[in-house]
Amino acid sequence: MPKRPIEPFLWLLFSAGGVLAALFLPILVFLFGLAFPLKWISSPRHDDLLALLRNPLTLVVLFVLCALALFHWAHRFRYTLYDGLQIKHLNRLINVFCYGGALVGSAAAAYVLLQAR
Amino acid sequence: MSDEQVDQMSTPTGYTEYHPRWYRTRLGTLWWLRRRSYLVFILRELSSVFVAWYVVFLLLLMHAVGQGGVEYQRFLRWAANPWVVGVNVVALIFVTFHAVTWFTLAPKAMVMRLRGKRIPSEWIAGSNYLAWAAVSALVAWLVLGR
Repeated sequence: MPKRPIEPFLWLLFSAGGVLAALFLPILVFLFGLAFPLKWISSPRHDDLLALLRNPLTLVVLFVLCALALFHWAHRFRYTLYDGLQIKHLNRLINVFCYGGALVGSAAAAYVLLQAR
Repeated sequence: MSDEQVDQMSTPTGYTEYHPRWYRTRLGTLWWLRRRSYLVFILRELSSVFVAWYVVFLLLLMHAVGQGGVEYQRFLRWAANPWVVGVNVVALIFVTFHAVTWFTLAPKAMVMRLRGKRIPSEWIAGSNYLAWAAVSALVAWLVLGR
C-alpha cells in the first residue's frame, strides 16, 4: 500500500471516533436500541426529546459523534478487509466505499440535524 | 534535483531483474481462526461495523423525532421488530467490547509523565472508565428526564 500524507489525518479521525464511540454508544444502544423499543423503560415523550435534540450543544455533539464514529468505522473496516480477508488488490474500491460512505453519512447527519433544528 | 529525477524516485518500483525477491508467506482468508488472539483481533475490528450500524440507526431516530410525534412512535414500533432488536443486541455486545478494549489499550498509546515519572497505566485506564461512566450517566439523565 502506498504511503500517503493523508494517512496520519485519517488515523486521527479513527482514533477520535473510537473514543467518542466508546464513551457514547453503549448507553445509546442500550436505551434507544433495546430499553425503549422493548418497553423495559417507558420511552421519553416526543416534545422532551425534540427539545433535547434542538439544543445547539446536543446538535453539535451528535454531529461530531456521527461523523467521527463513521470515520472510525471507515478506517478500521478498511484494514479489516485488507488484513482479514486479504483483498489488498481491491484497494481503491475499498477506499472509495469506506471513506466515501463516511462522507455521505456525515452529510446525511448534517442534513437530518439541520432539519430537526 | 531535476523534476525528472524526482519523478523517477516517486514512481512505484516494478519488477527488475536484480530486484531482490520478496519473501512473503501467503495467508489464507481464514488465517484469523487459527489462534484465539487472532480471533479477538478480528472481532475487535468487526466491532466497527456495529458502530456504523448504530450511527445509521441514530440518524433514522433523529430524523423521525424531527418529523413529529407520529413518526417517532412509528420508529419505536419499527425498532421493536425482532430482527432490529436482534441486531441491536449484537451491537450492544460489540460496542461494549469496543469500549472495554479501547480503554484498556489507551494507556499503551498514551504515555504520560508527571515529574519525569510515567503515570501508571491503571490510572489512565481508570480515568477512561470513569469518563465512560460519567458520560453514560449524563446521557441517561438527559434522555430520561431530569
